[in-house]
Amino acid sequence: MDSALASETPYLRDTVRTAVKILVVGHFAVGKTTFVGALSEIRPLRTEERMTQAGASVDDLAGIRDKTTTTVAMDFGRLTLTDDLVLYLFGAPGQQRFTRLWHDLAVGALGALILVDTTRLEESFAVMDIVERQGLPYAIAVNHFDGAPAFPAEEIREALDLDPATPLAFCDARDRTSSTRALIALVEHLRTLDQEAP
Amino acid sequence: MIRRRNERALVRPHVVTGGRAHPTRNVFDLVTLLIAPPDQLTGPGRDAGLSPEKLRIVELCRGGALSVAEISGILRLPVGVTKVLLSDLVDSGHLITRTPAAAPPPARARILQEVLDGLRARL
Ligand SMILES: Nc1nc2c(ncn2[C@@H]2O[C@H](COP(=O)(O)OP(=O)(O)OP(=O)(O)O)[C@@H](O)[C@H]2O)c(=O)[nH]1
Ligand SMILES: [Mg+2]
Repeated sequence: MDSALASETPYLRDTVRTAVKILVVGHFAVGKTTFVGALSEIRPLRTEERMTQAGASVDDLAGIRDKTTTTVAMDFGRLTLTDDLVLYLFGAPGQQRFTRLWHDLAVGALGALILVDTTRLEESFAVMDIVERQGLPYAIAVNHFDGAPAFPAEEIREALDLDPATPLAFCDARDRTSSTRALIALVEHLRTLDQEAP
Repeated sequence: MIRRRNERALVRPHVVTGGRAHPTRNVFDLVTLLIAPPDQLTGPGRDAGLSPEKLRIVELCRGGALSVAEISGILRLPVGVTKVLLSDLVDSGHLITRTPAAAPPPARARILQEVLDGLRARL
């Protein structure tokens, strides 16, 4: 390997042994990439998965140039939280037909943060359905766009038909502090659910 | 505001498993951590016969530990392809997964607390 790649590669700390993931999901242009980028300690990376049009994953080398395949891109970032523990954030598109991709993403994930935009709230309904179908616990983060009307939390909860226990946070995906707080609201919720579990 | 009609109750189980016709080779999660063990463990000449893609992976992983997602992203290989190649490379001893030495994996409650503490410390 050329040493340039080696020296630029953001390897994990030697002591890290545990890796966990949280999904940051939402409809087109809701701010997923911006959110992941604001929190990540490394320049966000992008993975691509080739799927057939029907939504199956193409996971062998044969046929990857087949015209019936389509590429789904996911941005992700990384936060080393302790000497042992690293958290990965995956920005995942809310496209229902990629069942297999969704399953791969959801298995082992701690939970999901669903980004919503109050001017296009109805576009989040399908995203919420996918997350619920995967059985993933989630919180909602309202990503505030300039000029968007500020709806009261109660009205947003009502429109999204949220369970009273589901956290609703407000953030600006470009801002590290408010985005971190939204993630904290999710993890507090996950911990409560874990403590309540039999 | 348009109100969401919650369709939770209408989900049929077979929809959830749709499309998985073949047994998954997905022994690796996107966040499984991998590293190439030092050369003395694999011996000289072990890389002979590796495909160019596998060679790139092994060389990348000699520098330190990375997740499956990072290997896929850095080398610009699709995730599915990366997982297949990684699976072969672990089978052939070129890579090892980086999991706790002997200890059992930490409990979910402890992980959640550590994630929470770690995030709060960043504020
Ligand atoms: N004003 C404002 N703009 C934002 C905010 N978050 C994202 N944007 C902008 O909105 C646009 C879309 O954001 P992205 O982060 O690319 O959204 P995405 O969800 O990753 O989009 P896709 O991957 O294409 O679905 C970009 O131009 C961002 O700069 C925000 O909180 N406030
Ligand atoms: Mg994006």
